[in-house]
Amino acid sequence: MDLSVRIGSLTLPNPLIAASGCFGYGLEYEQVVDLSTLGAVVSKGLFLKERQGHPPPRIVETPAGMINAIGLQGIGVHRFVKEKLPQLRAHGARTFVNVCGSTLDEYVEVCKVLSQAEGVSAIELNISCPNIKEGGIQFGCSLTGTYEVVSAVRKATHLPVIPKLTPNVTDVASFARASEDAGADAVSLVNTFLAMAIDVETRRPTISNVMGGLSGPAIRPIAVRMVWECYQLVKIPIIGMGGITNARDAIEFMLAGATAVQIGTQNFVDPFVWGKVLAGIEDYMTRHKVERLSDLIGAFDPSPVRGDKPVVGTNL
Amino acid sequence: MANLRLSREYSVLSLAAPEVGARTRPGQFVMLKPAGVTDPLLRRPFSVFEILRDSRGAITGVSILNKRAGRSTKRLYDLEVGDVVSCLGPLGLPFTPVSAPRQAWMVAGGVGLAPFATLAESLAASGTPTTLFYGARTSDELFYLDFFGRLGVTLVLATEDGGRGVKGRVTAPLEQALKSVGADGAMVYACGPEPMLEAVAKLAARYHQPSQVSVERVMGCGLGGCYSCVVPVKHGNEEANLVRSCISGPVFDGAELVWD
Repeated sequence: MDLSVRIGSLTLPNPLIAASGCFGYGLEYEQVVDLSTLGAVVSKGLFLKERQGHPPPRIVETPAGMINAIGLQGIGVHRFVKEKLPQLRAHGARTFVNVCGSTLDEYVEVCKVLSQAEGVSAIELNISCPNIKEGGIQFGCSLTGTYEVVSAVRKATHLPVIPKLTPNVTDVASFARASEDAGADAVSLVNTFLAMAIDVETRRPTISNVMGGLSGPAIRPIAVRMVWECYQLVKIPIIGMGGITNARDAIEFMLAGATAVQIGTQNFVDPFVWGKVLAGIEDYMTRHKVERLSDLIGAFDPSPVRGDKPVVGTNL
Repeated sequence: MANLRLSREYSVLSLAAPEVGARTRPGQFVMLKPAGVTDPLLRRPFSVFEILRDSRGAITGVSILNKRAGRSTKRLYDLEVGDVVSCLGPLGLPFTPVSAPRQAWMVAGGVGLAPFATLAESLAASGTPTTLFYGARTSDELFYLDFFGRLGVTLVLATEDGGRGVKGRVTAPLEQALKSVGADGAMVYACGPEPMLEAVAKLAARYHQPSQVSVERVMGCGLGGCYSCVVPVKHGNEEANLVRSCISGPVFDGAELVWD
């Protein structure tokens, strides 16, 4: 049974990747999961300098999901390279670094620092965080902005470049195409959906930033649809995410066209999720006589189903 | 294992979790949710209340003191024997113990009693003279007084309605005690509502006594992954930093916390 998948020049032993912002710098989880058993670990978003992020409260739970506005609190790329990267290497983790910037130059600078460091497998370009005003999303919400920042970073690094796309646009597939045209090795999607929840008793916000990003099972069907739309338009690999809780959900994303998947919110719910999803995928491959997991990528059959056959609810 | 309703709001939920019990030190917490449900989606943090033992003294699990406040705590309040709870822990940094001749003063407000049962046991074992300043809304909400009494803990009670002990806030008798604290001094431990924690930390500082404060924050994961539960902490003259209360707390030096 072969669970490996390829993202550009990278081969991952399995498609399970820890999503940015949901796994600290990876090392927080070293007692819970063997980091080398994950396909990859994506760091928290990093700017050149340290950031404090937003004041708490920073999260609120909503039906089958949560809204967060952490505000990209982080230690900056230099401290990451010095303090975290050597330990991640020692654990045998394949490390993707989530790169942020307030300006195009900052994205390029951060990528240059990472290109000279040892132990970075890929760059995930954060052009989609909904929670900060400057930079980031202003590139991710404009096709020319996306093209420009991906092109600039492409020229600045030999590492695989993976823009992380926002779902808060009319047509996410066109942003995947712009990324591909600019030389991206893959795209990852979706980041969180801009959302808000009001405390009706006090008529006040539930989180300090008022608005934040919605994640968790609540967004999964929308994310699956977006991965499918991108899969039909671009040839580069897609890393799918959005509310994955188990093997069924991971396989759903792969059938829709994802080469690999990221798990975020569910890691908060159950930090032992990784082994369970891997075991579930192996069980699925046995039951469906799938020898190579990569054969499932985009294997969704969209031909119409007969309306008299009910979908078994527990399967969703 | 059991869900003992102390009142219409409070219950003591006992969990068969011997490994968690064996590893827990006073002040640490567990992340809990009813197993297999998506509402609530996230676990909630609870201080470990008691380490449970069988008749031969072997550790069988832990209990938590639950106060029904929202959806999640209501579901935990309603659990019956045999229901399964997902329990992650023990997590966080524990209280730092003190020993005689310094005294230990534990200040608890309402459900903030939770971390002090295990702390009182450990202080009793080391022979540290211990006092519990315990405030609640009414006398019906003062729980486990016999438990602390058996450990030799001196009880100073306060209720908002004056039904038992001092009428008003527990910080009033605490300040009286601080005014006449002996030369050996006291370590002030506190857990309870945020305004109480702030008042206790400031009182302790005013009377030149050290304090350790257990904070409660909205927490996503309990392991340092999500950066939800940050509190502003200031070391000396440095600028305040937002640090994660799950892995750098929940117990902090009261003098280092920055209050809004």
